[in-house]
Amino acid sequence: MSEQTVDSYTAAAPQRNVVSRIWNDKQTRSVIVQIIALILLLLFFGSMVRNAIANLEALGKGFSFSFLSTASNYDINQKLGWEYDSRSPHIKATLVGISNTLLVAVSGIILSTVLGFILGVLRLSKNWLTNKLAHVYIEYVRNVPVLLHILLVHGILVHSLPAPRESKDLAETFFLNKRGLFLPTPETPFLGYAILLFFGLVLAGLVFSYFFKRWAQRIQDETGVGYPVFWINLFAYLVLPILVTVGFLLFVGWEQPELKGFNFRGGGVIRPEFMALWLALSFYTAAFIGEIVRAGITAVSKGQTEASLALGIPRGKTLSLVVIPQALRVIVPPLTSQYLNITKNSSLAIAIGYMDITATIGGISLNQTGREMECMIIVMALYLTFSLLISMFMNWYNSRIKLVER
Amino acid sequence: MRSIKYAAAVAALSATALSAQAATLDDVKARGELNCVVSTGVAGFAFPDDSGKWSGFDVDFCRAVAAAVVGDGQKVKFVPTTGKTRFTVLNSGEGDILFRNTTETMSRDADLKLSFLPVNYYDGQGFMVPTALGVTSAKDLDGASVCIQTGTTTELNLADFFRINNISYEPVPVETNAEAQTNYLGGRCDVYTTDASGLASTRSTFENPDEHAILPEIISKEPLGGAVRHGDDQWFDIGKWVVNALIAAEELGITQANAAEMAKEAGDNPSVNRLLGSEGEFGSMIGLDGQWALRAIEAVGNYGEIFDRNIGPDTAIALQRGLNAQWSDGGILYAAPIR
Repeated sequence: MSEQTVDSYTAAAPQRNVVSRIWNDKQTRSVIVQIIALILLLLFFGSMVRNAIANLEALGKGFSFSFLSTASNYDINQKLGWEYDSRSPHIKATLVGISNTLLVAVSGIILSTVLGFILGVLRLSKNWLTNKLAHVYIEYVRNVPVLLHILLVHGILVHSLPAPRESKDLAETFFLNKRGLFLPTPETPFLGYAILLFFGLVLAGLVFSYFFKRWAQRIQDETGVGYPVFWINLFAYLVLPILVTVGFLLFVGWEQPELKGFNFRGGGVIRPEFMALWLALSFYTAAFIGEIVRAGITAVSKGQTEASLALGIPRGKTLSLVVIPQALRVIVPPLTSQYLNITKNSSLAIAIGYMDITATIGGISLNQTGREMECMIIVMALYLTFSLLISMFMNWYNSRIKLVER
Repeated sequence: MRSIKYAAAVAALSATALSAQAATLDDVKARGELNCVVSTGVAGFAFPDDSGKWSGFDVDFCRAVAAAVVGDGQKVKFVPTTGKTRFTVLNSGEGDILFRNTTETMSRDADLKLSFLPVNYYDGQGFMVPTALGVTSAKDLDGASVCIQTGTTTELNLADFFRINNISYEPVPVETNAEAQTNYLGGRCDVYTTDASGLASTRSTFENPDEHAILPEIISKEPLGGAVRHGDDQWFDIGKWVVNALIAAEELGITQANAAEMAKEAGDNPSVNRLLGSEGEFGSMIGLDGQWALRAIEAVGNYGEIFDRNIGPDTAIALQRGLNAQWSDGGILYAAPIR
């Protein structure tokens, strides 16, 4: 070591110039610093991984995913059609967990978007009272942690609703009590058929709307005759499928919930855990979306509306053709992160015992098998996948609506 | 270059620092305090009072170990855990020893890499229902909603019990005993199931304990005991023999009040002498001094005193000794001899 140092000192004079020249070159220096930083970072993570492996080995716990195929030994209340019981493997419990997470995330995204857009518009209302009410709601909701909202809604549902024997009922068909909302469901094979029918029709409707829109555009370009494309298409891919499916379901057998012993049997149930999580997440996220929508609409300059009106375009069309497309450009990117938040926040489900992935594979399975590393890796990979998929979809949507530059 | 070397050194250091976790005894002595993993609050077993001072059956075992090792039963830092976090906390080294109504099972012992100390409470899983429901047997529970703490053996027993008896139920998973209580009293579930001792403890905190009944069926064996990490045999021995010493002390008639007196000089009973350190070198065998057991007994009393003070018939929890009586009194509590 020391000999080398002496050598380098003797031959240092010309080299030093090179070194100082490299160091004083701004670009090279920045590259060198970045390389060093990257190496340090890799070393840091490398040592963490090495540490984890060493510690797991010291404890005698190997790294293996084979536990996924062994019996889970626990039951899950909300199975969403999976044939799961305590003899099923952990991997199946994970699938049930994934379905439950996706259910609450998707329903949360839908409800929070609807509520959020309403709130955003109310916030812009010229009516003082509606405006202030929306303001107070937004400020209250988004400044209290979402966990407290979840616990609050769950507490209200469980403590204020009646016991099963004193259920509130609607036409002796729907029953609401502490254990959830019990509702009739179509008999077993028909529910599946209905779902298939519905999505088949939606798909057909989407194909129809695509061609109808192109055809209507051509007619308008040629003759100037405009059709209400939006409404006709909405009818084709949403209203018609709903009507047909409902019509189909009216003619099949239904299973009615009935009070037997402790609880209602038969039919379906929406449990208070799902309701609490869904409502709390939606109310909470809606407050943020409301502000995003308000910002988006405010961002479209007033001159745009005035110009459009001056051109004789009616108010409704001004809104749908001029204001909203421009507002969406501002709204969609932050909206994406709210959708990601709602998905990730759904992991708070565990606080009220809703069996999502954090509670199944990341909770009970983890605890009963002691495979912390493996389970956490699975849970993290799943959330990452969900988030990336949502991001991908929203980025695609964003690129569709963004300003087309010519 | 220098920074890379530095980073490599840091990496190497941190890797060695964390993998060296063998001698728990030295760590505890150096720290002067025992980190004891307990529950987040189960009346009679481990709960903090208004001033934050912990007490209870499990807590007393922590204090006994602390007294034996660092010389003072108050030198304990309690690490509250849920059923889910307890083993991770112990295995990660955040706690030195665990006393948390924990059932000894083969998979926990072998797969979770725990070493179980002698059983300090023989329990079994039971069911609690409001008397208003008129249920008299667990087999009548078809279709009931059952509150259950996740990450426990009771969760697994419950699934087995209902499946074997071919009756259905709706599991309502909760994280802690306190949440279970809220859900049960709020009517979210018809039944609360956990270890029978836990049910008695929970019921004692209700406004009207008489309105709730514990069903006669005990559906599982739940030998509850302390635990330590695998791989530190000396530390395991300390925990094991402190528990044995407390049980033996009751059998030999040594109490918190008379322990010091009996330890002063060797008496006629060699078992007492060995336990209290006036005969033999038993303390040094486990890396402690001769008065280890004496200090433990002085800190919390013998097993019977711990039981009576925290969960016995005269407390709100009102548990009978039952299986947990000494073997000579018709129970199955049987401490291995100290000799």
